[in-house]
Amino acid sequence: MIPLEQYGEFETAWCPGCGNHAILKAVKKALSTLDLPPHKVLFASGIGQAAKAPHYLRCNAFNGLHGRSLPPAQGAALANTELTVFAESGDGCSYGEGGNHFLAALRRNVTMTYLVHDNQIYGLTKGQASPTTAQGQKTKFQPDGAPSMPFNPLAVAVSMNAPFVARAFAGEIDHLADIIAQAARHPGFALVDILQPCVSFNKVNTYAWYRERCYKLGADHNPTDWEAAMRKAQEFGDRIPIGVIYKGDRAPFETRINPAVLRPLATSRPDLARLGGLLQGYA
Amino acid sequence: MSDTCVSIVIGGEAGQGLVTVGDFLAKALVRAGYEIVVTQDYMSRIRGGHNTYAIRVSHEAIHGPRESIDLLVALNAETVALHRAQLTSRALVLADEAIDRLGHPGLSIPFKALCPKPMFENVAALGVLTQLLCLERSWLEALIRDEFAKKGDEVVRQNLDVFSSAQDWAAGQKAVFSCMAPPVRTAKRLFMNGNEAIAFGALAAGANFCSYYPMTPATSVAATFVSQGTKMGMLIEQAEDEIAAINMALGASYAGARVVVPTSGGGFALMVEGVSLAGMTETPVVVVLAQRPGPATGLPTRTEQGDLNMVLYAGHGDFPRAVFTPGTPEQCFELTYRAMDQAEKWQSPVFVLTDQFLADSYRAVVPFDLEALPPVSGPGLTCEDPAGYKRYALTPSGVSPRLVPGFGEHLVVVDSDEHTEDGHITEDLTVRVQMVDKRMRKFDGLAADVVPPTYSGDEAPSTLLVCWGSAMGAALEAAQGLRAGGKSAAVLHFGQVYPLIPKQFLPILERAGRVVMVEGNQSCQLARLIRQECGYHFKEAVTRYDGLPITARYILDRL
Repeated sequence: MIPLEQYGEFETAWCPGCGNHAILKAVKKALSTLDLPPHKVLFASGIGQAAKAPHYLRCNAFNGLHGRSLPPAQGAALANTELTVFAESGDGCSYGEGGNHFLAALRRNVTMTYLVHDNQIYGLTKGQASPTTAQGQKTKFQPDGAPSMPFNPLAVAVSMNAPFVARAFAGEIDHLADIIAQAARHPGFALVDILQPCVSFNKVNTYAWYRERCYKLGADHNPTDWEAAMRKAQEFGDRIPIGVIYKGDRAPFETRINPAVLRPLATSRPDLARLGGLLQGYA
Repeated sequence: MSDTCVSIVIGGEAGQGLVTVGDFLAKALVRAGYEIVVTQDYMSRIRGGHNTYAIRVSHEAIHGPRESIDLLVALNAETVALHRAQLTSRALVLADEAIDRLGHPGLSIPFKALCPKPMFENVAALGVLTQLLCLERSWLEALIRDEFAKKGDEVVRQNLDVFSSAQDWAAGQKAVFSCMAPPVRTAKRLFMNGNEAIAFGALAAGANFCSYYPMTPATSVAATFVSQGTKMGMLIEQAEDEIAAINMALGASYAGARVVVPTSGGGFALMVEGVSLAGMTETPVVVVLAQRPGPATGLPTRTEQGDLNMVLYAGHGDFPRAVFTPGTPEQCFELTYRAMDQAEKWQSPVFVLTDQFLADSYRAVVPFDLEALPPVSGPGLTCEDPAGYKRYALTPSGVSPRLVPGFGEHLVVVDSDEHTEDGHITEDLTVRVQMVDKRMRKFDGLAADVVPPTYSGDEAPSTLLVCWGSAMGAALEAAQGLRAGGKSAAVLHFGQVYPLIPKQFLPILERAGRVVMVEGNQSCQLARLIRQECGYHFKEAVTRYDGLPITARYILDRL
């Protein structure tokens, strides 16, 4: 195990009590458990408070655009399959602005882990409803209640047979760390939706609210049973399951493309003799 | 203008195989030693409509397309009606016997009698054309063998039989066409269009990652990567949209891949925030933008040079860039190769602007000298002091040592937010100014590397035609036309339009008589850029924005 100090300690821009602090701790724990040195890890992120997380961790980081954590993460993961790649962002970035990339990533199934800080609200822009805000929940910007139905990332991921689908809670750091480590070890695209209170802008989904409802999935849930997983993915309200919802063995993207193109692209050089041969085909 | 060339137009509906006839004939002509300029005009549909494949052919050097038609192959009646006004005095119309030639001289071809099945009509047309052009039949026979080989010996034999009987039939007809002059060239050429040459230029420079979303007329760049780049180890992914395409490319580039993103104007509009991200994170990326008429969906399959302004200003905030505008397939190769190097050397987005006309225009392309290619810049893999590595170290040139992650203990941190030297988010306003200045210092490097415009023609001409990109061929031939009429003329062609270095061209503009900007857009985008950058005001311009390529005749009629 790599000592936790290796992953650094930084001052953050997060509110005291924010769930992000706990998620960061769990990420470091998971990396340590996985024995991943910082230079072998890439965190890609979008924009938002959650997306700042890679700045508070010693690792390689690509902090890109709002909604666009997944495309660069997949591009880098394919350019160098020896990197362990994570994308990390909030619910607005991941399921709203980046919704199409989420759907495509589920289809593509590149080996990487997607950590979504899901606080059911926009924090950095100060309290608008997010794609996962409950329908009818009042915000400063939706005073009559959020009009749209919330997005269900787990059900969408399970419906696409994403190989690893989990939900965790920022209030359960060890449980979360374990899930992140499991997700990173699993071949293919792994989604970890992390419930996280926003202490400044979400007065509904508080620590107490989550603690009352979240329960850990036990031995009675078989994550390889797709129908059982779909039922658990739908469960959100009085009781919220946390743990590995679904685990499958869909072949990752990397196994379905020409193996000759999968090598660290940084060290590949063009074979000009081969190119000359190809040009002969145009003569 | 020289009249030693023949203009052949094959017209018909989409799906009738006119591109097959055109490709076969054009490729055989190139193999035989002729020079060609192909112009493809098609509608945005899979079946029906009216499409043409025009081949201008000569034994001498030719540069641009032409409107007039000497041989019109009409695969349907509409083709005769639509193109009869373009027929020259010696023109022949070649059509099925059921099609009314509207009184024009030509041949009514008994396709049904010549072909055992309708699918052979294309090869029959090639037999007739071979006879009329006095082209050595072995060129097409060899091509038929090459192209049908994978379908088996029987298919090859049937096609050769139809080809031969059609040629024999044409030999017995009264309508004759003056033979083309025999070719003089014996050196080999490549039968290649602009987009294929762009793809090869990128591959030669080491491009090994392409993420794209299909869009006419850029798609054939990706298609060439799929058919040829894969054999060079290129990783190609069709992204979910253009936003993903460029962001995926940036992630790959960050991780050390050499990336190219082909698109057209509408797709590029979606990529603009990604361009800004490339500027901020100083991540190399080459965007190939094949222009078509806009705004919005415009004319999806036609040509225009209307996206220069967008490429110049795409992306919010200040950051440097370079814009290349090749005029020929040879330049498509050379300048894309150079774009790949410039993007890496100056860690900036670099653009290659082409258009539908050049994208689809096949020529007899001089083979690329792969051994003479200069080395291409690249990122580092490791450094001596990994703990002290800073991705955005402040330097006099503005270029910070770029390492890729994963090959040493150094950490590579890049951020779309304003950042410190080690790549972390900051709101320190002093650092902000330092970083803007650092990024913009790279502009001086890009400016020092600019490819100067090419000048051809008389010294101090009475007429100087200024152009960029694919308008080059038409401008060169218009200048030839002026000289044939006893006037001095020259052409100044910009193969790179940004940055602009006034001392490279201002003296040329100032010593000419009439200076005329020739460009394929309504608002004279390059003329305005030159005025903005160095105060020179173009008093005359020839513009075209009806979706068709600029021709010499078009320019001369407007001078």
